Amino acid sequence: MAHIAGVYEHPLREIPDKTVAQIHAQVAVGALADAGLTIADVDAYYSAGDAPGFGALSMADYLGLDCHHLNDTETGGSSYLLHVQQAAQAIAAGHIDVALITLAGKPRTGGAGPGGSARFGSAPEAGFENQFGMGVISGYAMAATRHMYEYGTTSAQLAEIKVAASTHAQHNPNAFLKDVVTVDQVLESRMISDPLHLLDACVVTDGGGALVVVSDAVAKRLDRHTIPVLGTGFGFKGMNSGRVDLTHTGARISGPAAFEEAGVTPSDIDYASIYDSFTITVLVTLEDLGFCEKGKGGEFVLDGALQAPYGRLPFNTDGGGLCNNHPANRGGMTKVIEAVRQLRGEAHAEVQVPDCEIALAHGTGGSMATRMGSATLILGRD
Amino acid sequence: MSDSYTSYLPAKAPEPNVETQPFWDATAQGRIDLAVCDDCGFIPWYPRLMCPDCQSTSMTWTTMAGTGTVYSYSVTRAGVGRAWKEHLPFVLAYVQLDEGPIMMTNVVACDPDEVEVGMAVTAVFDDTGEGTAIIRFTPTQRDSNE
Repeated sequence: MAHIAGVYEHPLREIPDKTVAQIHAQVAVGALADAGLTIADVDAYYSAGDAPGFGALSMADYLGLDCHHLNDTETGGSSYLLHVQQAAQAIAAGHIDVALITLAGKPRTGGAGPGGSARFGSAPEAGFENQFGMGVISGYAMAATRHMYEYGTTSAQLAEIKVAASTHAQHNPNAFLKDVVTVDQVLESRMISDPLHLLDACVVTDGGGALVVVSDAVAKRLDRHTIPVLGTGFGFKGMNSGRVDLTHTGARISGPAAFEEAGVTPSDIDYASIYDSFTITVLVTLEDLGFCEKGKGGEFVLDGALQAPYGRLPFNTDGGGLCNNHPANRGGMTKVIEAVRQLRGEAHAEVQVPDCEIALAHGTGGSMATRMGSATLILGRD
Repeated sequence: MSDSYTSYLPAKAPEPNVETQPFWDATAQGRIDLAVCDDCGFIPWYPRLMCPDCQSTSMTWTTMAGTGTVYSYSVTRAGVGRAWKEHLPFVLAYVQLDEGPIMMTNVVACDPDEVEVGMAVTAVFDDTGEGTAIIRFTPTQRDSNE
């Protein structure tokens, strides 16, 4: 079995005086130190489209790694959860013992943008999707419009998700937005792309994070509280050649796979980190992961259901991408980090879920409006 | 279909390639021509010359009616690049053609707040000035006799 032995989230949300490579290095060293390991212990390195230059090749060289396993799989914001799955597979196959996964970026103060979107111009779909002024938020807004049309979901229900995130963020001294907001404040915030308001959207922050995934043998000799990876799943969902469906995500594939491997069900989950690029992302993902029926996400999130520590499903207790941090415009890394904090009992006392034994982390990459990669992890406690 | 039309939204010229040239040539003449699979009948969007359903490479360019319905949309009011800023608010949409495929587009020449899911729309063609046109849609005019 694979174990997450070290995690690190960069504490800053604006980092004008460091390069993207420097931030990758800072978070790498931070996560290794958290595990009780050093750069010399790393035999596998994983990066995604946010890694500058030649990706994993450039960064492994910059970091001074001596590793025999590189992986540069790019699925947008879900990449880092997929990397955990891939590392777990490589560990199970006996190829590696210590995998390092890093993310860094500076969308707030400048610097290189993520690779996937930078390559968009040469994509086969390019001429058919870049002529209409679609931004990231307006794509998700079309998903929200369709969900409202099919299931009667309301803007006030979506706002409950932001309210829960902000309730958690007030306890996170590093959060980009620390103020608690109300449903009315979300609904009264500026409409960006109907039906999504400014406060339905995640923050834009510099930053980064890193994970260290290790084998049984390494986990045994570490002093740190390591977190077993109980189950993993990945799902691709595209436009199905014009049979567009905006009300489902790849979580319909990744979720059941992860639950089956872990041998648990949604009702066993004590804490969930759910990718929250926008409020609608959370609502649809909760449905697709099986926390409620399709179309019932709007009812599920009412009555403080997502609020720690005592809601039905405490989520994103760091404040999530909606309030805390969305480094490099990618929220997957921080989803894993906060799930590990919960399982170690190291979340902020006000939001620590009592007896948190099984946690879920979910990432969404690409766009719900077009093509996406969804990745789910189920994590436990040794 | 209108054969001369300007929506005033940006109409940046696409870069046709050996696979998509017939599609773009047709847009300049006010037509939506899509590659239809000779073997299974599927019409993929965006157009491509291998059927993603049955892998046939026998595809025939066929003219669509140019009518459809709004599958989803968003009135965009902020958060766009410079080229689009002066056109706010505008309507981003997915339109389902009567023949089946759902394509990304804009709904133009109407009050953005009148657009709704299921609305009947008709294609219009924005000339890029370079031998191609961008396909957009406008609410279908109801016949007064209906």
